[in-house]
Amino acid sequence: MDTSEDILQQRSPDLVRGSETARPAKAARLSPSFISWLQAGPMMLVFLAFFLIPLVFVVIVSFWDYNEYQLLPAFSGRGYTDTFEGCIAQLPDLCTIAKTYLKTLKLCFLVWAITLFIGFWVAYFLAFHVKSKTWQMGLSLLCTIPFWTSNVIRMIAWIPLLGRNGLVNSGLMKTGLINQPVEWLLFSEFSVVLALVHLFTFFMVVPIFNSMIRIDKSLIEAAYDAGATGFQTLVNVIIPLAKPGIVIGSIFVITIVMGDFITIGVMGGQQIAAAGKIIETRVNALQFPAAAANAVILLVITFLIITMMSRIVDIKKEL
Amino acid sequence: MKEGRPRSFYVLAIFFAAYVLFLYGPMIAIYVLSFQGPQGGLTFPMNGVSTYWLTKLFQGTGIVDLGAAFRRSLLLGVIVMAVTVVLSVAAGMAFRRKFRAQSILFYSAIASLIVPSIITSLGISLEFRIVDDLIKAHWNENFETSMGLLTSGLGAHLTWTLPFGLLIMFAIFNRFDPRLEEAARDLGATPWQAFRHVVLPIILPSVIGIGLFGFTLSWDELARSSQAIGAVNTLPLDLQGLTTTVTNPDIYALGTIISAVSFAVITLALGTIHTLNRRQAAKGSDAGKGLV
Repeated sequence: MDTSEDILQQRSPDLVRGSETARPAKAARLSPSFISWLQAGPMMLVFLAFFLIPLVFVVIVSFWDYNEYQLLPAFSGRGYTDTFEGCIAQLPDLCTIAKTYLKTLKLCFLVWAITLFIGFWVAYFLAFHVKSKTWQMGLSLLCTIPFWTSNVIRMIAWIPLLGRNGLVNSGLMKTGLINQPVEWLLFSEFSVVLALVHLFTFFMVVPIFNSMIRIDKSLIEAAYDAGATGFQTLVNVIIPLAKPGIVIGSIFVITIVMGDFITIGVMGGQQIAAAGKIIETRVNALQFPAAAANAVILLVITFLIITMMSRIVDIKKEL
Repeated sequence: MKEGRPRSFYVLAIFFAAYVLFLYGPMIAIYVLSFQGPQGGLTFPMNGVSTYWLTKLFQGTGIVDLGAAFRRSLLLGVIVMAVTVVLSVAAGMAFRRKFRAQSILFYSAIASLIVPSIITSLGISLEFRIVDDLIKAHWNENFETSMGLLTSGLGAHLTWTLPFGLLIMFAIFNRFDPRLEEAARDLGATPWQAFRHVVLPIILPSVIGIGLFGFTLSWDELARSSQAIGAVNTLPLDLQGLTTTVTNPDIYALGTIISAVSFAVITLALGTIHTLNRRQAAKGSDAGKGLV
């Protein structure tokens, strides 16, 4: 490192003889670690100011008091007690917050299972069946482009299809399968799951594809040569080697759905309660400590899920 | 290698095609529906074909002040893009060496990516509220708010775009041959010259990719803006507001216009990347030319 940096200063061939001659020229030499700080510092500052400190504030404010219109900076557990109101008194019935989290987890599980299934096979097709690099690029791009367009638009896009007079209903009516429009197609749990799958399967495809593309093709040939069936190769070779991608994709999808309030709001007709939705409702009511308390609870649950999943794979090694 | 394709190929090809149809079909439906006739409704069939709803948006007689929100979103998107590119490239360069706090930055970026947006957004809004209260209490009673498009809004968007930028930089330098840079240094380039004339031209296509992510993610950002943008709305926020109230194709027209900008940016970026790649392939790297 040193020698090459010394040489950098030696523009003229006469100086090549001794490093001593070159040294004085670089009086203001910056140490490598200082340069690293300069390079990485600005990004670190952004995360500090707009991510890490805000998280600390969320935790602090969750222990503050509040009244109808403002924050009161005094210690109070009210944010939490309000949130868990009735959880013990109503036993054995579930309180609102428990019900909400159960529903969120259910949505989460459904979306996770479906995106995993679709994402796995889409990635599998791209990685193993598309042989030409150009086609692989083109088709991956085809899957990526919607990700660069607006989520809300991709939600709204379902309205003309699933609505009361939408394409699906009128199609079904015409074929005589139903006499009345099906109501549960839109603004229901069904449409929420559909939209979430539509929006976020991408987050499954990319990491799984990345894992699969790194699998040495000769391993698969070896498995065939050793007499494994296609199914055995899939289960014993491909899935284990694609596991890091599967885990990373799962973490993405699960955390997105756990905290989602927009898709659930728009596609659920603002009628479905969910973990993220509670926070939004509390903020709109200006009950910031209660919102913060809910955020802390959501954060803890999300963190637990991620820790459980990252036990399976070392994320840092995979990127 | 002329064996026929296995049956699984055809099954999966159909599956893939169905997935692509699932991705694009609904979007195409609303683009078509935004050209509804003046009497047209929210669903098919088309009631005539016109640009009535699109022009109505631009005349400002529609539901939102489209022009102002449009300019705000565009401004924010461009700034987010520029900052994301510069900070990601710089930080990406730093990660090629070991430095202290490396893993702190790495885990901050990953956490920023996966901590639910609503929490980040709420945190930023609390942070700015508390700062506002402090300013009001100690310095200026008439102070209104430090929250805004280019303060809290910009920060909120960066927490979403920077992790993508950093991950793309990791991907670039994973397959970057450091010998190219060493060669430049051996030939007498200063670190800056080596970066400017060797590293940058080679990574430029991917850097444009980072810009593409920076702009489009900001242009469409919603969850993080929701609490942190301050008093004004961005275009996606306006659009979301419309979903609960609107009963005519205005909303599709707005969606079509927002998408048109996205597609224009995507095409521009991909076109540039393609041209750069072709130039690199045809002429080899033009690295070093600037030195002579």
